[in-house]
Amino acid sequence: MTSTTERAFSHKKLERNVTLLGLCALGAVAIGGIVEIAPLFWIDSTVEKVEGMRPYTPLELTGRNIYMREGCYVCHSQMIRPFRDEVERYGPYSLAAESMYDHPFQWGSKRTGPDLARVGGRYSDEWHRAHLKNPRSVVPESIMPPYAFLAERPVKVGDMSGHLTALSRVGVPYTKEAIAAADADLVAQADPNGDPALLKTRYPKAQARDFDGNPNQVTELDAVIAYLQMLGTLVDHQKAKAFEQPR
Amino acid sequence: MSDKKRIDQPTGTETVGHEWDGIEELDTPMPRWWVISFWACIVWGIGYLILYPAIPMANSATRGVLNWTSRGELDAEMKAETLRRAPITSALASIPVEQLAGNERLYQAAVEGGRAAFKVHCVQCHGSGAAGSKGYPNLNDDDWLWGGDLNAIHVTLTHGIRQPDHDETRFSQMPAFAGVLSTGEIDAVTSYVRSLSGLEKASANTAAGATIFGNNCASCHGADGKGMREFGAPNLTDGIWLYGGDKATLTATVNQARYGVMPRWNNRLDPVTIKMLAAYVHSLGGGEEAPAPVTAPVAVSGTSPAKVATNVGN
Repeated sequence: MTSTTERAFSHKKLERNVTLLGLCALGAVAIGGIVEIAPLFWIDSTVEKVEGMRPYTPLELTGRNIYMREGCYVCHSQMIRPFRDEVERYGPYSLAAESMYDHPFQWGSKRTGPDLARVGGRYSDEWHRAHLKNPRSVVPESIMPPYAFLAERPVKVGDMSGHLTALSRVGVPYTKEAIAAADADLVAQADPNGDPALLKTRYPKAQARDFDGNPNQVTELDAVIAYLQMLGTLVDHQKAKAFEQPR
Repeated sequence: MSDKKRIDQPTGTETVGHEWDGIEELDTPMPRWWVISFWACIVWGIGYLILYPAIPMANSATRGVLNWTSRGELDAEMKAETLRRAPITSALASIPVEQLAGNERLYQAAVEGGRAAFKVHCVQCHGSGAAGSKGYPNLNDDDWLWGGDLNAIHVTLTHGIRQPDHDETRFSQMPAFAGVLSTGEIDAVTSYVRSLSGLEKASANTAAGATIFGNNCASCHGADGKGMREFGAPNLTDGIWLYGGDKATLTATVNQARYGVMPRWNNRLDPVTIKMLAAYVHSLGGGEEAPAPVTAPVAVSGTSPAKVATNVGN
């Protein structure tokens, strides 16, 4: 594809004029950038509205932080794709709205273990305790590492308000009362004898009980199990059906 | 640098026209196959832009003339699959679960469907061979906590056992005897319970345990220790243990009690899949006949025993 020297716009001209080359390269790259970046400006219209989504409770949030700290996302995804094999195994496919309060999202990019987007309620707390302490005790073929130490580490109570404030700055709708009561809510959710009524008005569908089998202490195991038991349980998929249908 | 293009004699190829100190550069054209692929890709790309969702616009991307969406494709695939399974699933949907055993063809179909569903939803606790493990009942034997006929298994699957926040779940709670009975009394009663299945010989200790058992345990486990399915109270005489029949485990069981939880599945699986699972579990070896008329009023629709397993624990 040799070009003649005399054409008005030729590759030769482009190669010899660094300013022109720079401008044209910028234009080419900008197209790619716009395609990827522009939709973020109208993200509100791409996240479907569904009923039931609420911010994480302080205990769930703590569990989520531990989930990230331990790198659970390296082996577990939280994103059920709209394919028949995934829907039949894991349940209804994930909606964008279901991760709208995730900062950062936990979709993951690899499944060594199963997807966890809808793991909530699938197993008993006791199963989670046995499984996190020693995965082989319930699933002999599992290659997951044990996380027995979670049961011995108390959750750090006292800075939850700061966590909630930080999240509210990036758009998670925590109310002032929720931020003020964050530490109390954290303890209340894991307390088998406490009254979860206030917690449940702030966080509908919140599950309050002693998750780790040790009622005297709020441990990291409490937090992780509370988080896992809540995953995928907020949105009523029958009601969400209308939003899910092809446009 | 001159701009004289010429044909290079030995190769027959045109030069680009540069020349530095007698060194020239050949302008070898791109291979024909490459050029064709290059243009073909561009043409394909344009076609793709037109047919499929592609260009981001103000509110959503362009839809493409095919109107394709991944969710729409899934929807169509699921509908086709539902249609393919329809003859079996509609028959299963309309037959009451307790009559399933009488229909050989449907029962077999349900067992096969249940086998597949079991591998997805149940093996994590009950094991891939349904043999269970400590705290998770073995489904292959004929020892059932809440009942082993089709209807009872079906109720257990549907509503779960001690499922939190679910009113219809099967529920019972063994009291923790730590503090209620003394250490010596617990030692005696565990010895007695062990003697029921021949793990210990009768002694003064077991005799004392028998009295304690009669006063504290018999109301649920029965005077003979054979259990009561209305309470999911295990049979203590058959040598099958859910948490373990050794002295230490049994002592722990009596001290803290057990509170095994099975999730309900009616919010997760469709009714036909639950029926299939009931048939599969029923087929594993311990499935019982539908209850005799005596218990029939209980078994009609939702308050009767179900589920698999073993002893001890509540």
